[in-house]
Amino acid sequence: MKLPGVTLAIARNTFTELVRQKVFYFLLIFALLVIGNSAFMAKFSFQEQFQMLKDISLGAMSVFGSIIAILATANFLPKDMEDRTIYTILAKPVPRFIYLLGKLCGIFSLLAVSILLMSALFLAVLWIREGTVLAETRAQLQGATPEEIAAAVREVTNATFNINLIPGIVVIFLKSALLASLTLFLSTFATSSIFTILMATALYFIGHLQSTAREYWLAGVDVQWWSRLLAALVSLLFPDLQAFNLTDDIIAGAAVPLALFAGTVGLGLLYILVYFSLSALVFSGREL
Amino acid sequence: MNWRKTSALALVFLFGAAILPVQIRLDTEARAAHFRKTALDLNLRERIGQAGFLAALSGFRSPLAAILWIQAHTAWENTEWGRMAGIFDTVTTLQPRSILYWDMSAWHMAWNAAVAAMQNEKQPSEALRIRAQREYFRIGRDFLERGILNNPDSYQLRVQLGIVLRDKFEDHCAAAEAFLKAAAIPDAPSYCARFAGYELAKCPGREREAYAHLRRLYLQGDSQRLPSLINLLRDMEKRLDIPQAERIDSPTQPDKN
Repeated sequence: MKLPGVTLAIARNTFTELVRQKVFYFLLIFALLVIGNSAFMAKFSFQEQFQMLKDISLGAMSVFGSIIAILATANFLPKDMEDRTIYTILAKPVPRFIYLLGKLCGIFSLLAVSILLMSALFLAVLWIREGTVLAETRAQLQGATPEEIAAAVREVTNATFNINLIPGIVVIFLKSALLASLTLFLSTFATSSIFTILMATALYFIGHLQSTAREYWLAGVDVQWWSRLLAALVSLLFPDLQAFNLTDDIIAGAAVPLALFAGTVGLGLLYILVYFSLSALVFSGREL
Repeated sequence: MNWRKTSALALVFLFGAAILPVQIRLDTEARAAHFRKTALDLNLRERIGQAGFLAALSGFRSPLAAILWIQAHTAWENTEWGRMAGIFDTVTTLQPRSILYWDMSAWHMAWNAAVAAMQNEKQPSEALRIRAQREYFRIGRDFLERGILNNPDSYQLRVQLGIVLRDKFEDHCAAAEAFLKAAAIPDAPSYCARFAGYELAKCPGREREAYAHLRRLYLQGDSQRLPSLINLLRDMEKRLDIPQAERIDSPTQPDKN
């Protein structure tokens, strides 16, 4: 079997294994959150309902994406070593980096399917709510001029689906994929999955503060040298996860400029590539 | 630590240094597009608590804002106007790009809270009730002005500011300016320009400018020829003593059809 075929086989196997671990049960919680939110918000104006539905749904997608990425990636190396499957695979002519690549691709597939399912559920609820509000609006405007009805309908549709939600969802996936590759890098150092999970969670929070530390460091304000050194260390060692937080502003109605979206995607891919390469470097010399 | 681990850590550092200009450029681009303008400072930390601040720092500003908005709604149901103002302040700080939050916060303050303050039976002094009402007008206007600073490309907030200035402050000149600025935004609806004309007509010393503005709108065709606009134009023609031949009803007017 050639290397792409091997990678694909490992990826498929990883995906199947994760699905068998009933990972998708989290979708029930997501569905409860989205549908419950939608029902509970009935007392608000339709603009408020849609805004909060987007806030909660995209926020939950980001949380679930990050949790799946960290937990699924942190577990696979220790589990494969415990089950001894890693020895069976690496005893065959499978380079170590291909094994890691296959595993990572499997996790990316799981993330993609999860985020697609969550997006489909979110958009379906949004669409159903839009239909209900449109019917109510038309009923209220009986006897109004066609222009008035068209303006009211436009107001409702503008508050619901916005094409910018798509780049927002893409960036959520990218951030989860970046977290997966960062966790993979950590797991090549670690000896237990708990250590990896704790470290990855800590890095998640530090990564969101990286841009603040960078600003502080580069602003050159007159503070103690060790304080600036710490800021420099944080800026250089950790990824800038705040760069992937476009959804907060997208939900608020802001349009993402193409250059900003492309730059964010490029940065995400670069981080994934670098963390994967470093994982492969460390894993290639690891005693198994 | 073997050499691979050491080199990996060194490479992380080098990559961090190499990627720095890209990160700075992206950050500048994001801010230019009005993204990531939230000021996550100690003031916000005090208002939302440690857990909320951690959530805001971790990229969950919008869900946090939604939860606080629900709290504000509960405060509204209990007519806790002061608490509502505080929550609105936090929500708009968390989501400065949400026009809805600025608009609704201003509406609650300038309309609901102001009316409630004026009808407050617990306050026997009318002077104090009026003062409280004016304070809520001011808070409402303040929300809109800060909203406009954060969303300079939105016509909605400028229209709402014009309405507050017109109906609550009765400052027709300032209201006209707000409507004119709203009308200048590319996707602004046609009523913004009409509202600007109506307010200019009430602004002392700017009647001629108002007439010219309204006449320009009238010449744009049927979409702007609403009864209010036509009646106001006729009234101004009389007040400004416009020559008969130049009046909109004159049969010599080229647009008469």
